[in-house]
Amino acid sequence: MASVPAVLQSEWTKIRTVSSTRWTLISALAVTVAMGAALCALMNATFDDLPDAERLTFDPTLISFSGMVLGQLAMVVFGVLVVGTEYSSGMIRTSLAAVPQRGTFIFSKIAVAGLLALAVGMATSFLTFFIGQALLGEHRTTIGEENVLRAVVGGGIYMGLIAVFSMGVATMLRSSMLSLGILMPFFFLVSQILSAVPGAKDVARYFPDQAGAKIMQVVPNAMNSGESPYGPWGGLGIMLLWVAAALLGGFLVLRKRDA
Amino acid sequence: MIELEGLTKHFGSKVAVDHLSFKVRPGVVTGFLGPNGAGKSTTMRMMLDLDNPTSGTVRIDGRHYRELEEPLKYIGALLDAKAMHGGRSAYNNLLCLAQANRIPRSRVAEVLDVVGLTPVARKKSKGFSMGMGQRLGIASALLGDPEILMFDEPVNGLDPEGIHWIRNLMKALAQEGRTIFVSSHLMSEMALTADHLIVIGQGKLLADTSMADFIQQNSRSYVRLRSPQQEELRDAVHRAGMTVVETDNGTLEVDGASTEQLGELAAEHRIVLHELSAQRASLEEAFMQMTAGSVEYHAHSTGAGAPPPPGPEAPPSGHGAPQWAPRKEGA
Repeated sequence: MASVPAVLQSEWTKIRTVSSTRWTLISALAVTVAMGAALCALMNATFDDLPDAERLTFDPTLISFSGMVLGQLAMVVFGVLVVGTEYSSGMIRTSLAAVPQRGTFIFSKIAVAGLLALAVGMATSFLTFFIGQALLGEHRTTIGEENVLRAVVGGGIYMGLIAVFSMGVATMLRSSMLSLGILMPFFFLVSQILSAVPGAKDVARYFPDQAGAKIMQVVPNAMNSGESPYGPWGGLGIMLLWVAAALLGGFLVLRKRDA
Repeated sequence: MIELEGLTKHFGSKVAVDHLSFKVRPGVVTGFLGPNGAGKSTTMRMMLDLDNPTSGTVRIDGRHYRELEEPLKYIGALLDAKAMHGGRSAYNNLLCLAQANRIPRSRVAEVLDVVGLTPVARKKSKGFSMGMGQRLGIASALLGDPEILMFDEPVNGLDPEGIHWIRNLMKALAQEGRTIFVSSHLMSEMALTADHLIVIGQGKLLADTSMADFIQQNSRSYVRLRSPQQEELRDAVHRAGMTVVETDNGTLEVDGASTEQLGELAAEHRIVLHELSAQRASLEEAFMQMTAGSVEYHAHSTGAGAPPPPGPEAPPSGHGAPQWAPRKEGA
């Protein structure tokens, strides 16, 4: 049996020695923070023009996380590339010859990459929160308010989970291009559009990103978003189920298919 | 020692490897020979537990690959060159592998030196030529200082100096008592490196023999004769009790006779000779003959519309002819 600490160390070397790690994670942070800051500044300037319903349910915490809609896409790219380049480069055969235990191999890889994504996600979440609040002026909230810390920590967890979900999907599909071709439009278009369409909304709220994003809300029905059948932790739980399913699917494919 | 028992692999309805059983013994270079598509690479991938066999087993020193603790220390393999991440340097690609099997970091620099890649150790491997990629693959095989080494078509993409180097490397590794298993589709290459020979065709075992036996059994020697008085010559040789074969390009081939005997025989009958030469069938021809029935992809001969397996009228293929034809033999 391969030694797990040794495999973890090997996977860490793999991640830190490719340049895609750096540029995807920096993009995730920079895009989220920049877009969040811009929207907070815009909200602050146009607050009085908002409809009454939105003003009454104004959620300054959630607004500061607006940039995640885009920033999460960089996390998707990071997650997909961590796994996908093993296949596109042919490295997978070399890797599995060194660590033939499929479970040890893939879960060590995902653990290392997932923890890194979580760390970057946490940093992104706190940074975008504080910068966003600073730009919201009199509409701001503070980290000490009820449920705010939960939302900010939750934002970090959300980003980490998006990356891990992408890794699971890439392991199932065994291709970077295919995985990106499915995940990017899904998170950026399909999920966003369906969640705004009446009727489709009831299904879309169970998508991993829609359910998971609930953890970043502090005000119930924030921004007049309507009642949802689950709370913030319930939403995160739904996202965790998606992640678990993707990981299980990936593991089964890796175990069954020829490398 | 690697033992294969009834190893079989189906891809859908296609049988790639068909009940293959053989042993690869330590201390010698075992050549694994077969035409393209014979199932060599699939067999090697199954030996490394990369492909799942449909049935049958592979044992490495009595154990399944997955039971090996830190497999790179037991068995090193070069399957396809460039099975590395191109964005990572040669050094870092090897370092990842070394760390996974707790091989000391110092060994990375050592193997890079053995294969002559030290000057480009910090360069991204995607810029490597085919030959450099091959050397990097060989370095990864040597990384764990394993007792068993497997090379799939190692001379592919190497320049003559590289080919010479890999031949000597394999011989040196075998002399250290290691098990060397190397595949090729070129008999001539195997004749220079291998001590033992395993030949497969369409996934089936065709021969499992020592190189010396193979050469002895398969290198037919004969004398070639050419004469304007072909008929008379043939009758004379025939009357002398020798087996004579008339070939399509107007020469006679005589087995079991010396050039002296035949020259004197011709003089006796006052027959003019245009050619009298001793010939030796090449191992390549012997190999082609053995695998002729199981070649996966036949090249069409230059004559348009000619059927792939040449009939008896087809001229014997010369060396390097794009056709795998059985030599016409016997009368």
